[in-house]
Amino acid sequence: MKNLFAFTILTALSICSVQADTITLNASGATFPAPIYGRWFADYSNAHKDVHINYQSVGSGQGIKSFTAGLTDFGASDAAMSDTEIAAVKEGGVVLLPMTAGSIVLSYNLPGITSAVQLPRDVYPAIFLGIITKWNDPKIVAANPKIVAENPDLKLLDLPITVAYRADGSGTTYNFTNHLAAISPDFKTKVGSGKTVKWPVGVGGKGNEGVAAQIKQTPGTIGYVEYGYAQQIKLPMATLQNSAGKFVAPSPESGSTALSQVELPANLRAFVTDPAGDGSYPIVTFTWWLCHTQYTKPGVADAIKALATWSLTDGQKMAPELGYLPLPANVVEKIQAAVNTIK
Amino acid sequence: MQTATEPSPVLTTRWIGNKTAQRSKTFDAFFSWATFVASWGTVALLVWIAGQVGWASREAIQKFGFGFIIGTDWDTNSDQYGALPLIYGTLVSSALALLIATPLGVAIAIFLTEDYLPLKARSFFKFLVELLAAIPSVIYGLWGIYAVIPITTPMGNWLNAHMGWIPLFSTPSSGPGFLPAAFVLAIMILPTIAALSGSALKMTPQALKEGAAALGATRWDVILQISLPIAASGILGAAVLGLGRAMGETMALAMLVGNNNQISASLFAPANTIASLLANHFGEATGLEVSALMYLSFILMALTLAINAVAELILERTGATVRHF
Repeated sequence: MKNLFAFTILTALSICSVQADTITLNASGATFPAPIYGRWFADYSNAHKDVHINYQSVGSGQGIKSFTAGLTDFGASDAAMSDTEIAAVKEGGVVLLPMTAGSIVLSYNLPGITSAVQLPRDVYPAIFLGIITKWNDPKIVAANPKIVAENPDLKLLDLPITVAYRADGSGTTYNFTNHLAAISPDFKTKVGSGKTVKWPVGVGGKGNEGVAAQIKQTPGTIGYVEYGYAQQIKLPMATLQNSAGKFVAPSPESGSTALSQVELPANLRAFVTDPAGDGSYPIVTFTWWLCHTQYTKPGVADAIKALATWSLTDGQKMAPELGYLPLPANVVEKIQAAVNTIK
Repeated sequence: MQTATEPSPVLTTRWIGNKTAQRSKTFDAFFSWATFVASWGTVALLVWIAGQVGWASREAIQKFGFGFIIGTDWDTNSDQYGALPLIYGTLVSSALALLIATPLGVAIAIFLTEDYLPLKARSFFKFLVELLAAIPSVIYGLWGIYAVIPITTPMGNWLNAHMGWIPLFSTPSSGPGFLPAAFVLAIMILPTIAALSGSALKMTPQALKEGAAALGATRWDVILQISLPIAASGILGAAVLGLGRAMGETMALAMLVGNNNQISASLFAPANTIASLLANHFGEATGLEVSALMYLSFILMALTLAINAVAELILERTGATVRHF
């Protein structure tokens, strides 16, 4: 009995001493990867009781600001960091780590039409520019023989197009407009790319859920949302024509194929604006962790390195079920090398 | 015997009285000091906020000046910022909301102040109306998306198809826009208007009403010719306060107004308001846009301040009218 008592006290003491060594990592940034980060950090903390991670999904811009101000141990951004932003970081240097990736899909509401709409490369930028305004536009009809075969009178396509966009500043808009600007010179000059742009037509929804609500409620609406979100709430997704001229449906496979086409530069900042390859889905994007190359707080560097390594290996396996793209092996290798440089 | 054992009652009270007086004196001094600090603190806070917002917007003020107010672009790519569509959207959505809410609010106020109902039922209804003010804005927004838009969209499309030549109906409805936003805003400001109109109506002297009734006036005559004219300026004040509340509303509008920076006469067209743009753009704004957003907040503050000042003036005058009787 006495022994048991002593044992209990010893165990309690040892737990206390472990808790005293607990490291808390503070991070904030992008909302787009927040679901997968949340899962990673929870699973990792469960397996490693000595590490606790606080992630606040406050948006990429705010994530960069907090990281630059030294308020967080690492940040997260859908747009990486620009050279000027990196220059503003006073201490510790910056290493950009693409940790996961996602596709952006065009979802729509066309009542009665069951097979996926195919949109050619010259059509969907024109829709978002307000040049193509009806679903029965000859260019859309010509690209969709299957739908025409099912509805020879085209009555179901006799609808005006309503464009739905993100009204709030977002990495999704940033990557989507980057893609449109890359494939359409017209879009590049008239609208350009950014986290918020001046859309010539349409209705702005707040967040993915705002755009999704608009799509669900108004027949004829087309809007861009993240693949994981569209899949989760079962929105129809358009099949898009890629740079090789092939029509590709969004899926984890077609997205990963697109990512594997990318040659990451030394700073690991690459925007996949128009991936090559027959099987590539055209709108994919990496999303980054922003870490310091050197940490002064003891233990933080090791904790971040271990967390990043785990996320690059075990973490990647969770990507497809959450609607993200697992990083291709050649990409992971490069990122792991960058992780190892953190001190 | 008794007087010997017990302390003199007179002495005790005097002693306690002195002590309480002493205490209450210190307390009074402290209390008046505290209220002084609190009230001037509020004023200082307002000045501080306005100063800070003004200071943060200096870059945009220098660059755009008054041209900001008539500019129509909000383009982060070319760093061109103008507030006209937003000011227009803010004023029009609030005015529309007021147009819907004022008659409703006054009707509720009449119903709840004239004795149509037993007192218990009246306070129950009053409680219900006031409860509207307790619903969070985001719930109104969601309700608007899932309940109001499905009603206003077919309505808008029908009006556009049949009476599209009227500028108000000149575009088909694409869901969010002025109409659903104004409708939801109207419900949000209804409690303000109903409560303040109610207290204005209550100020009608009972003697006047009884006198009118004695001369053969019906209940309607009394309401229309005695109560309402007396309460008119109070009701106007209530409406203006409601307008101020509507102009500052953010979340519900960000969800319902369509967030498109355009100026359209159509009720069904998507638009944008100052508060909604601020909410949507602040998180990711950098550089000159932050300053432009601050300039925009400054304009919104000035607008609501002006409107609230007008409301205060009107309400003050109501007091004067009632005292005159």
